Amino acid sequence: MRSRVNFAPYLLIAPFLVLFVVFTLVPLIQAIPLATSHTFGPSATQYVGFEKFSQALHDPRFWTAMRNTLLFTAGSVLIQLPIALGLALLLNKPGIKGRGFFRLLFFSPQLVGLVFVAVLASVMFQKQKGLVNTLLASGADWLRGLPVIHANSWLPSRSELLGIPWLETLALPTLIITALWMYAGFNMVYFLAALQNVPRELEEAAMIDGAGPWKRFVHVILPAIRPVAIFVVLLSVIGSIQVFELAYIMLRDGVGVQDKGLTLVTYLFKSGFETGDLGYATAIGWMIAIMLASAAITQRFLQRREMTA
Amino acid sequence: MSAGSRKSKSATFLLVHAMLLVVSVVVVVPLLYLVVSAFKTEQGFLEYLFLPKGEGFLGVAWDELTLRQLQRLFTSEIGIGRALANSIFLSATTAVLGTLICAAAGYAAAALRFRGRKSFEWLVLAALIIPPPLLIAPSYQWLHTLGLLDSYTGLILPAIAPAFGVYLFRQATLQSVPRSIIEAARIDGAGDFQIFAVIALPMLRPMVGAFIIITFLAMWNNFIGPQIVLQSAEKQPLSVVIYQTQTAYYSDYGLLMAGTLVSVLPVMILFLVLQRDFISGLASGAVKG
Repeated sequence: MRSRVNFAPYLLIAPFLVLFVVFTLVPLIQAIPLATSHTFGPSATQYVGFEKFSQALHDPRFWTAMRNTLLFTAGSVLIQLPIALGLALLLNKPGIKGRGFFRLLFFSPQLVGLVFVAVLASVMFQKQKGLVNTLLASGADWLRGLPVIHANSWLPSRSELLGIPWLETLALPTLIITALWMYAGFNMVYFLAALQNVPRELEEAAMIDGAGPWKRFVHVILPAIRPVAIFVVLLSVIGSIQVFELAYIMLRDGVGVQDKGLTLVTYLFKSGFETGDLGYATAIGWMIAIMLASAAITQRFLQRREMTA
Repeated sequence: MSAGSRKSKSATFLLVHAMLLVVSVVVVVPLLYLVVSAFKTEQGFLEYLFLPKGEGFLGVAWDELTLRQLQRLFTSEIGIGRALANSIFLSATTAVLGTLICAAAGYAAAALRFRGRKSFEWLVLAALIIPPPLLIAPSYQWLHTLGLLDSYTGLILPAIAPAFGVYLFRQATLQSVPRSIIEAARIDGAGDFQIFAVIALPMLRPMVGAFIIITFLAMWNNFIGPQIVLQSAEKQPLSVVIYQTQTAYYSDYGLLMAGTLVSVLPVMILFLVLQRDFISGLASGAVKG
């Protein structure tokens, strides 16, 4: 009996294995020679050593892209995740009516998809007639109508508000706001799932011991959801470092005025497929890979410390 | 409990619901704007934000709205009908094949004994950390070598074997397909394929539903892939066609919003059908993973 080989497991993993090797492993291995090549079209290449990497390190546009990407990542994590956690805490309160409905509703922007959110946002953030500026101007008009504020001149004028250059000068904040609208609910689902696993008695015990809401949050809830929180931060960082579609579609020429919204993946894409320098694109790809790997290693480190603590 | 504390409790209750409502408005307004804008004329776009005021039902001038933008999308050279069909074909094919392939591999890794299983699991875990941007340029070059550029094969084949899918199905199998049931079926004489298809797959249903949505959405919203692989205009899916429309008809907002609406609706419908599976699959993956 034992000597007969059962082929079923191999047949079950074979489709995955074959496709994975051909379409992921081979390109991954090719990323090594390609990063050290200068290409002439997709087929002709010439070995240039580490020239493409030093080219990147001396390329001001590369550093602009790096800076923008890191700022976008910081903005996404520091603004979006606290909001996502806040929403989850609200929804986790006992006795909330329509919890499932709100969860689905907050999650729904995610379903619109990056490309389509980008097109919608590019219309909404227009100067003059865009929804965002029009609503801001109307809001300011309403405030001016209130007797208290009436005399105050610090409120920006209607024409100032209608002229806010979201897609031009404010490219990065605009991208961060758009990503916030799209992903806050998505991250909230993870936080909520984690919160629902925290035993209520734990919090109640702390309450009886006289801990206020803030103390309960810091000493009871946060430690309990820490593993999921670290996981969500990692996902968010990894996703933000790879930001492309939002910027590329929303901003003029895909990069915005004076490269204000140029991101690393946009630069990779433009180098590879507009300039036609596949070697340079791959070298930028390796730089992004190093950034993503450092994020993952940091997470590993944090979680290990968690286990020993 | 004192009356004062009960009062403060109901005040908190009101405050929490008020905050939830405010967030709901922020979430809904852009979606609502998208829907109504798709039915506005060019003139209407300049005149009112949402709906025109008038004498009609609910004080809205319904007759000022138009189906012209939708009509233009389908009849002009934009050809959104073809793009819609392309997107549905690409996404449905990817979702079905990707789910089957990942479920089979994940199930085998979790439930079956075979030589090399440890190495296979190691490979899947290692593959999770391969960064997608790194593969963009080499994949293009490789697909060119294989002669798969400008073909759906070149777009679909790389998309139907994501390692994280195998990982998810491995976890789901460990969690919800008891070993005793597999053993019992084997004693009854069922083969491994039969056990996978008839017993395991139905038990993995939440993950199957979630993964169909994940893979369908991933292909539906895939922008870099078609942008790089496909060249012929008539093969492009919605994501690329809408982007091209935005570039070509920059200030034709009504048309753009109509195109976006057409692109988003099918996904919304699919999600509403499968959402129960999706949320539970997603949540279990997050907590147990």
